[in-house]
Parts: sequence; C-alpha cells; structure tokens
Amino acid sequence: MINVMRLFGGRAASAPVARERLQILLAHERGQGGGGSDLLELLRGEILAVVSKHVEIDPDKIVVRMDRGKFVSMLEVDVEVPNGVQRSKMVAAT
Amino acid sequence: MAKVLVVTSGKGGVGKTTSTAALGAALAQMGQNVVVIDFDVGLRNLDLVMGAERRVVFDLINVVQGVAKLPQALIRDKRLENLWLLPASQTRDKDALTEEGIRRVIADLRTKFDWILCDSPAGIERGATLAMRYADEAIIVTNPEVSSVRDSDRIIGMLDSKTVRAERGERVEKHLLVTRYDAARAARGEMLSIDDILEILATPLLGIVPESQDVLRASNVGCPVTLNNAGSAPSRAYIDAVRRLMGEAVEMTVPVERKGLMDRLLRRRAA
Repeated sequence: MINVMRLFGGRAASAPVARERLQILLAHERGQGGGGSDLLELLRGEILAVVSKHVEIDPDKIVVRMDRGKFVSMLEVDVEVPNGVQRSKMVAAT
Repeated sequence: MAKVLVVTSGKGGVGKTTSTAALGAALAQMGQNVVVIDFDVGLRNLDLVMGAERRVVFDLINVVQGVAKLPQALIRDKRLENLWLLPASQTRDKDALTEEGIRRVIADLRTKFDWILCDSPAGIERGATLAMRYADEAIIVTNPEVSSVRDSDRIIGMLDSKTVRAERGERVEKHLLVTRYDAARAARGEMLSIDDILEILATPLLGIVPESQDVLRASNVGCPVTLNNAGSAPSRAYIDAVRRLMGEAVEMTVPVERKGLMDRLLRRRAA
C-alpha cells in the first residue's frame, strides 16, 4: 500500500508518528522533573553497590538502559561478572 | 501596571528574537510604552533585528554593574518613539549578570513602561533562568517540530518552578506562540498540527505565525516584521497575538499571504 502511494508521489503521514513519540517521551520526562538520564545514573550506582557487596566487578561493566513504550517500559541491566579466572592464569594456560 | 513578559523556548532558532521585536513593535504601535531587553549575553541579536546595532553604547551588564545609568543604556527606536531597547553585552562574561542586579533593573523599568519584554537566550542555563526569573507572563515560542515541542515542555516546567512567582505560590501566565507553521503541510499530515501541539503542551494558544519569506526580509533590513510590512501574513498573526495579550477576544486563524495583482501575473508568467 505504501509503495502504491509512493508511486503516485504521496507519502505516509509522519505527523502522527511525531505526536506519538512526543507523548511517550514527555510522559516519562515530566514524571522525573526533566531529563531521564538522572534516574538511570541513580539506578546504575545502586545496582553497582548491591552487586559489589557479593561479587567483585568492574564499575564500567554495568550498563543500564531504558526502552520506553506507550504502556510499559523495559529496564535492561547488563552486568559483566568475571569468572574468577585471573587474566595472568589465562595467559599461562595458553 | 507594568507587565514583565519573557519570550522563551528552550530550543534555539525557533523565532524568539524575531517574535520579541515583532510583538514589541506591535504593542508600541497600539500606544503602549514598551521596552525590549536582550538577555542573550555574548550573542546579542535583538539590536540587529531592530536595526539599532550601530547605536549601542552601554548595555544591560553595564547597568547591572553600575557602570552606566539605565537611561544611558536605553536606545529609543527610530520609527516608534514609545519603543525602547536595552541591549545585551557582547562580553563573554555571563556571570556578570546577577539575580539581584536584574531585579533592580526590572523594578526600575516597571516604573517607566507598560510592557517589559525579555528576549531569552536558548537553553536552560543561567541566561534563560534569569530572563524568566521576574516574569509575570511568558510566551513560549514553539515550532511544529518534535525537538522544539520537547524543549518547550521543559521550559514550561521551569516557568512553573524556577520563577519568583512560582516560588511565591503564584503562577506565571503562559501563552503558546506557534511559529513557522505551514497549514498545508499540517493538513497533509507532514507536520504536527496546532491541535497536536496544544494537546501535548496543554498551554493556551496566543497565536499562529505562518512560515513566511517576510520574516527574513524584515530582519535583513533591521526592522521588526510588524513595522516592515504590517499587512503581511506573519505581521497580522503577531498583531492578533498582541490584541489577545491586551485582553481582546480575537478569533484564532492562520493568516495567509495576500497575493497582489503583480504577484499573480508574475507567477503566471513564471509558470
């Protein structure tokens, strides 16, 4: 259908997409009193503190991402945990 | 009683300075005593858009620091005797503007003028917060485009929390001014419509300024568009907006270009 419209020089309306993207984004930003990155930074710090109590991890190896949807959002936390094998031993084994 | 009005947007390039000059001139034409203040320290441009760039001697920072008296820094418009400009400084020292200094200058201006229009710099930093600090009312300039609408939302939040009025538990009256609007593109679904923007920002509409070549033409010659060509579509939109600011009930329309006979003939020949 879109291809047929393109053929006649028409284009799918993009304004409704803009409108929906804005509504989703602003619903989140307003709840946090501005920029969303503060929340993610806070979560990252606290998750790091909790995990560090039990496992030794590299603070740079924690990634916290948020994917915002209209009805639900996905919070993705990626923590890289070393297997306890020292790098020097790995080198020695090869 | 004097009214302090901040013209703000968050995003740059949406038409704050153009709108400040156009609204200021339209208010002055209606007999009001008006001063427009440029808060964009380091990147002043209101003087240029008003055609007063060669007459700047002292500026806002000089007044705040006590180097110059307020009457020495105020520049009277060459076309309208009740329209004045208080220019910004070209110095890069933004910290020279203090909250207390601005408070004094605005309190002084309140005794001399009916309208004090503060042209805010882009962004949400010190310059923008100082420009809105003492405002009674705010005009939020928005383009029908996602980044502009998002930034307007941020600015609306700041107007409700970081102004003196907000801190006293009063409210800053907010007005939305949509600029660079193209009704035909909105009708085709290629551009956010006025209804879309109003629904998202939930702020009363002050006016709709259509995209127009007259705006550039006016800034080229250093004349507020409402003075340069009062009959043009953007001028009529700004004049309607000013009448609404003054409390008149004016029907909301998107003014369209009036095609003269010559335009039509030329267009036909060109086609």
